[in-house]
This record gives sequence, structure tokens and C-alpha cells, in this order.
Amino acid sequence: MSDNYVPKSAVGKWFNERLPLLDLIYGHLMPYPTPKNLNYFWTFGGILTFCLVTQIITGLVLAMHYVADADLAFASVEHIMRDVNYGWLLRYIHANGASLFFMAVYIHMARSMFYGSYKEPRELIWIIGVFIFLLMIATAFMGYVLPWGQMSFWGATVITNLFSAIPIVGESVTNWLWGGYAVGSPLLTRFFTLHYLMPFLIFALVILHVWALHVPGNNNPEGIDVVKGSQDTVPFHPHYVVKDLFALVVFLIIFAGFVFFVPNLLGHTDNYIQANPLQTPEHIVPEWYFLPFYAILRAVPDKLGGVILMVSAIAILAFLPWLDTSKVRSAKYRPLYKQFVWLFFANTIFLGYLGAQVADGLFLIMGRIATVYYFAHFIVILPLLGYIEKTKPLPKSLSEPVLTKEEKEMLASGVTT
Amino acid sequence: MSDKPVTRRNFLYITTGTFTAAGAASLIWPFVDQMNPDASVKALASTEVDLRPIAPGQSITVLWRGKPVFIRRRTPEEISEAKAVSLDDLPDPQDDADRAINPEWLVMVGICTHLGCIPLGQKGEYNGWFCPCHGSHYDTSGRIRKGPAPTNLEIPDYVFLNDNTIKIG
Repeated sequence: MSDNYVPKSAVGKWFNERLPLLDLIYGHLMPYPTPKNLNYFWTFGGILTFCLVTQIITGLVLAMHYVADADLAFASVEHIMRDVNYGWLLRYIHANGASLFFMAVYIHMARSMFYGSYKEPRELIWIIGVFIFLLMIATAFMGYVLPWGQMSFWGATVITNLFSAIPIVGESVTNWLWGGYAVGSPLLTRFFTLHYLMPFLIFALVILHVWALHVPGNNNPEGIDVVKGSQDTVPFHPHYVVKDLFALVVFLIIFAGFVFFVPNLLGHTDNYIQANPLQTPEHIVPEWYFLPFYAILRAVPDKLGGVILMVSAIAILAFLPWLDTSKVRSAKYRPLYKQFVWLFFANTIFLGYLGAQVADGLFLIMGRIATVYYFAHFIVILPLLGYIEKTKPLPKSLSEPVLTKEEKEMLASGVTT
Repeated sequence: MSDKPVTRRNFLYITTGTFTAAGAASLIWPFVDQMNPDASVKALASTEVDLRPIAPGQSITVLWRGKPVFIRRRTPEEISEAKAVSLDDLPDPQDDADRAINPEWLVMVGICTHLGCIPLGQKGEYNGWFCPCHGSHYDTSGRIRKGPAPTNLEIPDYVFLNDNTIKIG
């Protein structure tokens, strides 16, 4: 297959000569050389792109019916659910889509951690990814405020109050954010504006993310460098187009399961009660995808300390390429790291469980231990492992680990397969 | 750079650059300040409250600048409990007399100083207020005793217009 797009129609030729846009898209989607051993964990990039586009399209149409005013927002969401044609479907796709977006992004990040995809020369891809993750957090949080239910209101109150922890200027900053002296209409309107803007910023970063990825090419489960165009790579189309589409279909089945059978499973019933500034719900919990970070916030008995630690928990991800001192990428060839990375995943999920509990007694103590371990993984375990771990020998090519002894001898004697 | 003589062109570059930067910077402020509390929000700055319907041991909550304000007519036991506390036991030491103009009436902003939830009255380990969000305990004077909140519940500016009416703000 040729690297350059050759338009078949006269119109295509005319257009491509003046603006080689088709050339560009073709190059990144069709002949792009891809390692031949990518497993299903590599399909989440495509799934995430699909999620982003779904959120933008459903969000756009929901915005045609939603009103961003404290007196009208809750009713306008109920209006979408009851009166607008297929409004219930669009809103359930958008709400569950956010949850599945995070499920996919966590798997995508765990994949990078397990196979060392963030290491040289792919540091910048990872860092752009961390920024995308940050924007996703902000977008999802602001989106959750828009229905103006009890959880929306009190979630917004708790999170915007985090800024009051800043010494000296804290109060002025929170009043500036609120446009008043408490959470109310001005905040709702500006959150709606930003919630509308941020997905497009994410989209721009996704383009940079893919661009930066296509410079060195994909990492792979063996974590070794592959030579582009060698026997270790295959063209993206049709090999990975088909694999990605199959994974997407499986993902869509799960997505549809949530939307049509349990659309409120991941939500919170309190958010179907209109916001009341005079009454805090018994137990405020954020959406499930923020729970590990919420547990870290509550683990610290000091306001400013809790805020700093929670922000650091996300910011530290950006430094991962330098905190991990090992030259070997894949956990397959790092016997110690393999155990520690699983422990890290388990600890993060445990933090999520703790985030949903009432912060008292034993839960609080366990929350503190899990928080310490979370940071220890990055600033103690990862830097040390690079020095003390005895890694397994790396294969010379992607074929080597899967060849039989005879096949290897044939290769060594110069017979081509 | 240092061996080259300073020319008329250097001067023009620096002055043009400085004026452009200063001009652009001065334009940032309107875009930032538009988010601050506006005139209509600031206009709602004070609230008057009639205290007559409140019996001893009862509390009411009124809205002031969009924030809840607790007004509690304390019982003699609560007042003596608040006065008996040693200042050394308090994370944010403050005398009860500095928190209530008239000891019978406790007026304070009903917002937890941790992350802004509304504490529940007559709950918690000190028989005062308890915040269900992250477990801060306040005493009968609204002072922080235990939990993550850094300071006592805030006392708004208020005056007694007469024996039965206060004006907050």
C-alpha cells in the first residue's frame, strides 16, 4: 500500500492538490505502521475518541433544551426527560457516556502504566494525556452541577470551597468564582459556558496526542522498539481498524446495557431533588470516578493539606516518566514492578471504595494508609525499582517470544518464513 | 548583544513592545472583574430579623447574601457550657463573650468552615453543631472542637436595633 493518497475522482484530485487534507487523514489511518502484537488494551484510544464525539453530539442537542439559571435549570432537565422527543434517551446517553468515558480512560491509563508506554520517547504523549485527563475531570464536574439537584449544588459547594483553603486570597477567589457570596445562578451560568467549551479543548489536545503518538509509533506488549516497515509492523488498515471496531461494538453493548436497563445505577438519587441551599444531604459523595481522589482529600485532617494532597495525586502523574527509573518498559519483563503495579491498581480501587464510605473511625485510618501507599508508589517504589530490580532478558523482535525452537533455528540459518 | 551599539531601532522595539504589553495587560482586568459579585448581588447586603417568635432552646435559619445564618436562643445550660470551656482546649481560641453580643442570642453563618456544608444543630460530641460532610464538631458557641474544619463558625456583623430585632450585615 502506498503512503500517499491518490484520489480517484477528478474532484478529489482538484481538492487534494489545493489542500492535502485527505492525504493527511489517509496517512494516519491507513498505511500507518503498527506493531503486530497489540492486544485489546490498545483499542481504548479508539473507544475514547468515540466517547468524546458522543458526548459532544449529545451535549450539543441537550443544550438546545437546557436553561442555565438557578430557578429554571432543574425544571428544564425534567422537561428534557418528560417532554422533549427522545430527551430521556439523549440525556441518559450523555450521563452514562460520561461514566463510561472515565471507565475507558482509566483502563487506557492503566495500560500505559503496565506496559510502560509513558517512557522515552513517548513522555510527551503521556503528559498531553494527563492534561486531557485534567480537562475531563473539570468538564465532568461542571456537567454534574448543571441539573441543579442536591448533589449538583452541594458538590459544587464543596469543590469551589477548596479554593478558600488558599492562604490570604482564598475568600476573594471563591467569591470571584461564585460571582456572589454563595453558590448560585452566576456560578451555574459560567459552569455551563465552560462545560460547553472544554470538550473542544479536549478535542484539540486529542489531535496533539495522536500526532505525538504517530512520531515514534505505538508501544507494544513486549515494550521493545520496533522498526517501522519491518516484519514486526502491519498497516493500521485493515488490521487494527477491524480490531478497534470489534472492541467498540463490545463496548457499545455494555454502553447500551447501562442506557436502556440501569440508566441511574451510576448516578445518585439525591440529584433528583432540587437544590436547596438551606439543607445539606446526609452524605455527600461525588460521582464514582472521583472517589479515589475524594478519599485522599478526606484522609488529611487539615483543610489546606487535604487540598494540596488531592491536587498532587493527579499532578504527580505528569512526572511519571522520570519517577520510573527503569529502562525496561513492559511489566512482562519486570518481575517486581509487575507485582507492585497490580498492588497500585488494587490500592487505587480500594481508595475509591473508601471514598464512598463515611469518613470516620477505621475507614479514616485505612484511608490514610492507602493515601500514603498511593504516593509511596510514585516517590519511593518506582525510583528504587529501577536500581534493585533484575529484569528478564528482552526479545530481539516481536516474533521471537512466539516462535518455536525449530522456527528460531530456521531463522538463524537464514531461511525466511 | 553587548558589543553591538544601542540603535534607534532597539529603542523602538522595546518601547513598542512595552506599550503593547501594558495595553494588553490593562485589558485583562475587565474580563476578570466581570466574574466578581455584581451590583445586584451586593445590593442585598443586609437582612432584618424579628426575634420575638423564638423560644429558649429554639433556632431559626435565615438567608443573608444567599448564605444561611443560624439564630439560636440558647438555654442557660448551653451558655454556661460555652463559658466553662478553657481556651487551651480550642483549636481556634475565642471567648464566648466575643461571639455573642447578648449571651442568650447566638448569631452565626451556618456554613462549615471546612468545605461549606451546612452543619446540623444540636448534634455531635459537643452538643453544638455537627457537619455531616466531613465530620467537624462544633460546641454550643459554634467553636470548632474536633474534625477537619480550620476555624470557628463565622459571626456576621450584626446589631440589635431594639430588644427584639437584629439587623445582619
